[in-house]
Amino acid sequence: MAVLVIADHDNATLKDNTEKTVTAALKLSSDVDVLVAGQSSGNGGAKAVADAAAKITGVRKVLLAESAELGEGLAESMEALVVPLMANYDAVLTPATSQGKNFSPRIAAKLDVAQISEIVDVVDASTFVRPIYAGNALETVTSSDAKKVITVRPTVFKAAADGGSAKVETIPAPAKPAKTHFVDQKLVKSARPELSGAKIVVSGGRAMGSADEFHKVIEPLADKLGAAVGASRAAVDAGYAPNDYQVGQTGKVVAPELYIAIGISGAIQHLAGMKDSKVIVAINKDADAPIFQVADYGLVADYKTAVPELMSALTAAGK
Amino acid sequence: MKVLVPVKRVIDYNVKARVKPDQTGVDLANVKMSMNPFCEIAVEEAVRLKEKGVATEVVAVSIGPQQASETLRTALAMGADRAILVQTTEDLEPLAVAKVLAAVVGKESPDLVIMGKQAIDGDNNATGQMLATLLDWPQATFASAVEVSGKKAKVTREVDGGLQTLEIDLPGIITADLRLNEPRYASLPNIMKAKKKELAVEELASLGVDTKPRLKVVKVTEPPKRAGGIKVETAADLVSKLKTEAGVI
Repeated sequence: MAVLVIADHDNATLKDNTEKTVTAALKLSSDVDVLVAGQSSGNGGAKAVADAAAKITGVRKVLLAESAELGEGLAESMEALVVPLMANYDAVLTPATSQGKNFSPRIAAKLDVAQISEIVDVVDASTFVRPIYAGNALETVTSSDAKKVITVRPTVFKAAADGGSAKVETIPAPAKPAKTHFVDQKLVKSARPELSGAKIVVSGGRAMGSADEFHKVIEPLADKLGAAVGASRAAVDAGYAPNDYQVGQTGKVVAPELYIAIGISGAIQHLAGMKDSKVIVAINKDADAPIFQVADYGLVADYKTAVPELMSALTAAGK
Repeated sequence: MKVLVPVKRVIDYNVKARVKPDQTGVDLANVKMSMNPFCEIAVEEAVRLKEKGVATEVVAVSIGPQQASETLRTALAMGADRAILVQTTEDLEPLAVAKVLAAVVGKESPDLVIMGKQAIDGDNNATGQMLATLLDWPQATFASAVEVSGKKAKVTREVDGGLQTLEIDLPGIITADLRLNEPRYASLPNIMKAKKKELAVEELASLGVDTKPRLKVVKVTEPPKRAGGIKVETAADLVSKLKTEAGVI
């Protein structure tokens, strides 16, 4: 069987969600191709992304399609590109990013097959494990469809290493969608690492009390550790942090080496987004907060005193 | 302009799902059920469009058991004008739900469908996109702001690392993300009024849609538990443990 992996990128660099999805794909088949759909840009564009994808060990071939709409990630364009390609593939795997979640179900609907969403394990070529109920249960499902359309939760798979030299083949882009029009895109420019791929994440909760306090407490600590900033849903709902900071089943699922939760009680939905982190630290003044049940290291203290102390202790430790 | 809002009855947001000992699924017996939170946001948005004079009628639709009519009553109490229950005891997959909704759209001819981006039970995040594909309507998923003018909707979407704005030609599909709005609580007078609103019941079989499952659930298990850790006394302790014991900083 042959498997197509749809690359995650920003029209300049390949994101490691792609390498992680390749790892999942290699569990299905050794014939894995990568599709890079994007547009050219000042800093290398989709071509540079395709060249990077060609270096992933285990990749047979890279397909490259370029158009403005593909670069903008329009779901209709992605579907129109991928569906005809599926004549040559038995499965298509997409990282479960907001982008992937946007277009992948369209491919499934067009092929008249189920989508198997956010898999966390491959049992065999037709059987997969996926979280349901905000990660409170794991469902093992077998698909009877001839073609499998799958989204992959990238954080649970190890990134496939570099070392390959696949060839890049350019394929035509589909026509512009008639009824969907791109207006603009505002991406937050940040010197911090991206939340979903960061080695360390510092997250703040509702205890922060205001957006100001969130910036003042969480961000300096994150910067000291070279960490990404996250937030609980409660903090996002209260307007203390933007939605793309949200860690949880309804936000981003992260699995960093170190996750520091500050003033976060540990609602089920938040735990679902971070419980696969290697080491979890919780700082909360409520000793009974559920977050302590999953934390490797718990500090029962008011963040107002604990975070400054933590900053000084880090400085003393040479950070 | 007519707005159709599909809603799903699911386990209440605040209830922890428990896996059945025989691993056949999640135990829903005697568990509080509510409207899926993302569906509530969709209903709220549709009702606001009506209050702004953009929408003229808001129709809520649910596919599920007889008890899903309670969920529809909630939508009616929030301000939907009438409701349709497509009754079935089967547990439908997103593709099947999208096909049923496409049939309902065929009968109702709405100008806009607003629905939640995902249900918190199956967590698939697929039905809206599938419905758009089946109908060949444009889609704008994960909406955090919606502006309808004439035959177009301008939708701000939550994307990785920021926001994207799309304009779609109507009829179209919008799926609601968390920040789109804060759903209202239905007032007692509105709950009473909702009891008198029209709620039509249709049997799933009468729609003649293929809802055969494509996936077989082999088992449903509990996720592996994290072993609890230790409490540290001071921030300095914490840093030293992270450095020497865990080796993560």
